[in-house]
Amino acid sequence: MSAVRPPGPPLWLLLELTYRCPLHCVFCYNPTEFAATGPELPTAEWLRVLKEARALGAVQLGLSGGEPLVREDLEELVGAAHGLGYYINLITSGIGLSEARVAALKAAGLDHIQLSFQDSTRELNDFLSSTRTFDLKAEVARLIRAHGYPMVLNVVLHRHNIGHVEEILAMAERMGAQYVELANTQYYGWAWLNRDELLPSRAQLERAEEATRRFRARVGNKMQVYFVVPDYFETRPKACMNGLGSVFLGIAPDGTALPCHAARMLPGLTFPSVREQSLREIWFDSPAFNRFRGEGWMKEPCASCPERGRDYGGCRCQAYLLTGDAANTDPVCELSPHHHLVTQAVARAERAVAGGGAARLRFRDHRLSIPVVTEAGAPVRGQD
Amino acid sequence: MSELPLSARLAIGHGMRLQWEEAQGAHVLLFPEGMVKLNGSAGAILSRCDGVRTLGDIVADLERAYATAGLEADVRAFVALALEKRWLELPP
Repeated sequence: MSAVRPPGPPLWLLLELTYRCPLHCVFCYNPTEFAATGPELPTAEWLRVLKEARALGAVQLGLSGGEPLVREDLEELVGAAHGLGYYINLITSGIGLSEARVAALKAAGLDHIQLSFQDSTRELNDFLSSTRTFDLKAEVARLIRAHGYPMVLNVVLHRHNIGHVEEILAMAERMGAQYVELANTQYYGWAWLNRDELLPSRAQLERAEEATRRFRARVGNKMQVYFVVPDYFETRPKACMNGLGSVFLGIAPDGTALPCHAARMLPGLTFPSVREQSLREIWFDSPAFNRFRGEGWMKEPCASCPERGRDYGGCRCQAYLLTGDAANTDPVCELSPHHHLVTQAVARAERAVAGGGAARLRFRDHRLSIPVVTEAGAPVRGQD
Repeated sequence: MSELPLSARLAIGHGMRLQWEEAQGAHVLLFPEGMVKLNGSAGAILSRCDGVRTLGDIVADLERAYATAGLEADVRAFVALALEKRWLELPP
């Protein structure tokens, strides 16, 4: 491989502390084979990871999962991370966040809580997560405000709730959110399995964008609304992770180090474990982190494309899921010879939205987790 | 917007944190799931916005520190941008 400039620091460290989660969301990006992964890292190992990553220059810390609140050492990890100088983001469903824990996390130095909602209605929230959690979440939102955290609401959008954007934003305003992320589903993990049931139609998407524009015009900068466009409707790919191995370092519950939280299923790469190697070796020297750095790995049309320095060829995971080769151009790009795979999926979504009918959704589930992968012997691919 | 009085006190925005990052050789402003790497002058201004010092104090302090005069307009322009982006707020 041609010489690649050494990377900068892994500025954004995401610790997926556990794959355990009380929810069963249909759009979860956790790997479908999560139940087959090894045991979770013990506290002492997470503490070492925090120290080593900080020494490399990591400064934004995400604590996620699964549901990070199921870890009883969460307060201890937050305290240590705060002492090291991280800005600490807890990414949670809110389930398990009692008043005592909100206060203990604040005292430990937690900077912000991102709370997920599935919808503005109890019915759909509870259906999509396969739990009765809407009222609990509303109470957690109140606690987050009462304890002075900046509040970020995250709602993953898809065919079944994208028509409620106006109500979702009104709910966020009532709750006093400072930031709202309307994140259209990214199709990895469980969301990939359910893609053909989740992808919205273009008309749905345009109405949601219009509702967001109206809301922004009314509310001004009191609330920041981020609308993450679903890339299937684009003609150029997203600059995924700013390129793999550039700024993002994720650690899976079992200690596997990943250049993207979805990258685990990429074939032919052995992702190093923090149980066996230092983060310095992993970040700078491991083949898995170097594989997609620079431009030497690119194929046409990326290799000679004037835009390759802007989008880095898009998402490696999406290239693999849709075309079977992670080094291909992300098929979201209209210059990709595989772009029709994306437009066909969108066309199927148009027909499905127009036709109505019952959704066949597969809920994230521990029992389902192993069979889903062993049936096919590989991450389940679409029927394209 | 009416002009900010020189007596206005300035503070880092709620939920944001300013710190020096050795690995980046810069001040950074940290906020929920995001970060801004600040250039030298932005870092010099924001690191003086402690909720106690006024706009006038900050201008005077910067003019002293950089042994120059006439910085008020530049500082005002940056402060207006930072307030708009909520990097800064006016404490009660």
